[in-house]
Amino acid sequence: MNSSAEINIEYVARLARLALTATEQAKLSQQLGDILHYVDKLKQVEVAGIEPMAHGSPVFNVWAADVVVAGLSVEEALRNAPEQRADSIVVPKVVE
Amino acid sequence: MNYEAVIGLEVHVQLKTASKMFTRVAAGYGAPPNTLTDPVVLALPGALPVLNKEALDKIIKAGLMLGCTIAPVCKWDRKNYFYPDSPKNYQISQYDQPICLAGSVEIELPGEARNIMGEHKQIPLTRIHLEEDVGKLTHEVHDSLVDYNRAGTPLMEIVSEPAMHSAEEAFAFLTSLRMTMVQGGISDCDMEKGQLRCDANISIRPIGQTKLGVKVELKNLNSISYVRDGIALEIRRQTAVLTGGGSIVQETRQYDGEAGTSVAMRSKEMAHDYRYFPDPDLLPVQVDAAWRATIQATIPELPYARQRRFITQYQLPYTITAVLVPERALADFFEEVAQLCGHPQAVANWLVNDLRRELAAGGIALAVSKLRPAHLAALVNLVEQGEISMTAAKEVFNDMFQTGEAPAVIVMRKNLKQSTDSGALEQWVQAAIVANPKAVAEFLAGKEQAINAVKGAVMKASQGKANPRLVDELVRRQLLAGKS
Amino acid sequence: MLAAKSISASELMQAFVARTTAVEGRVHAFNSRDEVGALGLAAASDARRAAGQARGPLDGIPIGFKDVIAVEGQPLTASSKMLANFISPYDATVTTKLKAAGAIPWGRLNLDEFAMGSSTENSAFGATANPWDLTRVPGGSSGGSAAAVAAGEMPGALGSDTGGSIRQPAAFCGLVGLKPTYGLVSRYGLAAFASSLDQIGTLTRTVGDAAQLLQVVAGHDSRDSTSLSTVIPDYSAALQKKSRPWRIGVPKEFFGLGLDAEIGAAVQQALAFYRSAGAEITEVSLPLTAEYAIAVYYLIATAEASSNLARYDGIRYGHRTHSATDAISIYAQSRAEGFGEEVKRRIILGTHVLSSGYYDAYYLRAQKVRTLIRGEFMRVFQDCDVLLSPTTPTAAFKLGEKSSDPLAMYLNDIYTIGVNLAGLPGISLPCGFTAGGLPIGLQIIGQPFGEAEMLTIAHTYEQGHSWHTKYPNL
Repeated sequence: MNSSAEINIEYVARLARLALTATEQAKLSQQLGDILHYVDKLKQVEVAGIEPMAHGSPVFNVWAADVVVAGLSVEEALRNAPEQRADSIVVPKVVE
Repeated sequence: MNYEAVIGLEVHVQLKTASKMFTRVAAGYGAPPNTLTDPVVLALPGALPVLNKEALDKIIKAGLMLGCTIAPVCKWDRKNYFYPDSPKNYQISQYDQPICLAGSVEIELPGEARNIMGEHKQIPLTRIHLEEDVGKLTHEVHDSLVDYNRAGTPLMEIVSEPAMHSAEEAFAFLTSLRMTMVQGGISDCDMEKGQLRCDANISIRPIGQTKLGVKVELKNLNSISYVRDGIALEIRRQTAVLTGGGSIVQETRQYDGEAGTSVAMRSKEMAHDYRYFPDPDLLPVQVDAAWRATIQATIPELPYARQRRFITQYQLPYTITAVLVPERALADFFEEVAQLCGHPQAVANWLVNDLRRELAAGGIALAVSKLRPAHLAALVNLVEQGEISMTAAKEVFNDMFQTGEAPAVIVMRKNLKQSTDSGALEQWVQAAIVANPKAVAEFLAGKEQAINAVKGAVMKASQGKANPRLVDELVRRQLLAGKS
Repeated sequence: MLAAKSISASELMQAFVARTTAVEGRVHAFNSRDEVGALGLAAASDARRAAGQARGPLDGIPIGFKDVIAVEGQPLTASSKMLANFISPYDATVTTKLKAAGAIPWGRLNLDEFAMGSSTENSAFGATANPWDLTRVPGGSSGGSAAAVAAGEMPGALGSDTGGSIRQPAAFCGLVGLKPTYGLVSRYGLAAFASSLDQIGTLTRTVGDAAQLLQVVAGHDSRDSTSLSTVIPDYSAALQKKSRPWRIGVPKEFFGLGLDAEIGAAVQQALAFYRSAGAEITEVSLPLTAEYAIAVYYLIATAEASSNLARYDGIRYGHRTHSATDAISIYAQSRAEGFGEEVKRRIILGTHVLSSGYYDAYYLRAQKVRTLIRGEFMRVFQDCDVLLSPTTPTAAFKLGEKSSDPLAMYLNDIYTIGVNLAGLPGISLPCGFTAGGLPIGLQIIGQPFGEAEMLTIAHTYEQGHSWHTKYPNL
């Protein structure tokens, strides 16, 4: 297993789409190293056979019937858009 | 060296629901940009997803039709990645507990000839899961435009095992899958509207080798023929590379159907690390036996099973069943009429030839046509009982198709009833024999088809209303009587 | 008060506007407010009352909104530069309910950016001060909500509580802070921090006000899958009920090292009060919670947050950088410019713990320990009706005192975090003051959906004391 206190800030920042300066990276490495060291204590807990708790409450089968409800108008939908044209959001050219 | 291709398909099918997967704004194709959104679709601060029950019912139905195991518990996971068409920058999907497992798609390969059924086999499935579709990007000269109408549409991902070995098999897989999904009412599977989309994983290996070769993912196979052509091209490309001493690079290639070429897509910035984790906003789903049974009860007979039954139960030729069965409405119509009148082959002929021709000519669907099963059954009976001639029947059919009237009404209106008055017939037959001495002589000398001239004269005299079978009988009787 | 027509809603609203104008320069509890709109709604409320169509006890009462809860047509900034110009086109479910009850949305209240923090110092729009001591923090992340109520700018406000973000500021500001059972109040319209922990709750001067506000916002919502169907009792009526002698559990670990002596003494006095009122006090033990809750919390909360905050990308809304030209850097640059330091820190941590190779060791293990922690609480509740503890180990700290040490800040949440992990209700109410005049909070932890009993027990204490009648000198 990976040594848990290690964190590849550059890789994670790219995954998280956060541009960090070298100073920020250095500071975060140290702070997050401390925090990861702290949470390492969880390794002491015996968790064999314990179900993970992924939700605030253990409930199943919550859904709604397939009945249409009115949504937003185009104006409302694009009201907060940084850039728009032709009732669409404009983004820098995406190359595949 | 000879190579064998190994092909697995990942097929995305949009489910036919009124609202989206995780919110109740309308889902649909062709609306003006960004008119099918709400806070959930746009991932506004505070918006939360709520499952669409109909989407669950539909995927369970799909799974049951394909013989999948329906998982007793499935859950929802977030697949995290950033892209402008993905409003939350994570897609809600099912990672390690999909709703459907295993199952298979029955495929039919091309037969030796058009009228011979080809080989059938089962292509195993790995899984089917439910997720949400993304928005649509339109690339312009300097930038791209995003429309979120499609975002959040229920999307089923069907993953096959790498169990196909030719482009024909992949084509047959998709054909069969589409037929099954459409007949189950699960999706319209219109590839032009993006309701059915297919990616293929293709590798080749020397025949006899069990280890899989390096896999290439082929994208943009957005018509059924592109699936066949694109895969065939990729197999040829890989074979040429290996034959030429090269090696295959694991990559994603984009197929260009118009040009008939494929190009490697710009490699991703980094290997995918989707950071899947259970979506805390959505609770897991338990599917019990009662729910499964409710859905099971709505499942139609599978197309290929039905085709086999049509061949044995109704003695229909393969070619006729191959036209009837892929269209569920047509096959249902056939069975309804056949039950009513009991002449399945005649019924099938009317449907496959006349009805399809008229529907195509009018550009309309069977569901909205005026033709009633009971009317077609009545028409078949009129012909079988000799009430009207085949020529007249064609006329009645066309009229019926246009007006929706009962055949008896049309026959009456158009005075198409066959003459079965043997007194009049006897006279016409006598007259025809007298008028055609040459034909009579030739027939009596053994030239069988010479009788047609005499029969034709009788039909002409009756203005087409004479029952041809009766005419034949009378002409022969009189000729043979004269001979003795 | 309004029902008695001793004062009109408009007069009340004008009084709060005037008070806000007078003190807001020192407190800075608001990110924005719409005085004209609020006065208009007050006039409408008066018209309803005059027509005999008042909608209940909250009609005409101004209620503040933590700036993460959506109100249609109003800004929703989450105290982030990312959303500095965002206007919500829709109402949160709690907003819809409050509007239907005639309440007047009064102001967008400051918080730690995206509710990440315990001091309201992590706001892109400046820190909020504690009305009891302007050199100290009001707590967080619902610090604006707490400071606004404590400063008399409004009678009550909504906050959100992910690890103590209502109870801790309530304790620091001498208020009643109620965090309901997970699933009792809809989260629809609450900008998510950590979805499996977040819950909207109330900050008020009294337990009675908390009961009235909870009455309106509680209940099942079809737009929130995690909102639970449960019968909502009459909380205000419950306050008056005499129930059997309460069994109060006292988690011994919550009185250990790090607890300020003055706070320990105040809580002991509260225990003595309950004992004299006939309650059965038992010492209980929550060893896993005490030892591991903070670690579990910071893994789960940051993991969920890293995904929840991915939507803030400057594409459909929010801050978009001017310095990016391609589709990749527009994300990284906009987010770098739009998010503050604590948010970045948690996104990075959360992304890391979910990333390939680390998931099992961190996130999955944290979820399993969370199961154990919930189990520990449920076991203790077999013999207790409620648990009682301090809300915080110390009273309000100085602005800037802990902002350089994130871990020290996180450890401040030690008594409140377990409640969120286990999905329980909790309330903080004033139980005294330090020698320096800072409020002290008493925490009562209830059983799932045990709000009525928890409120009754809190109310009993409040009736026997006068802490809630004290106002800061501003």
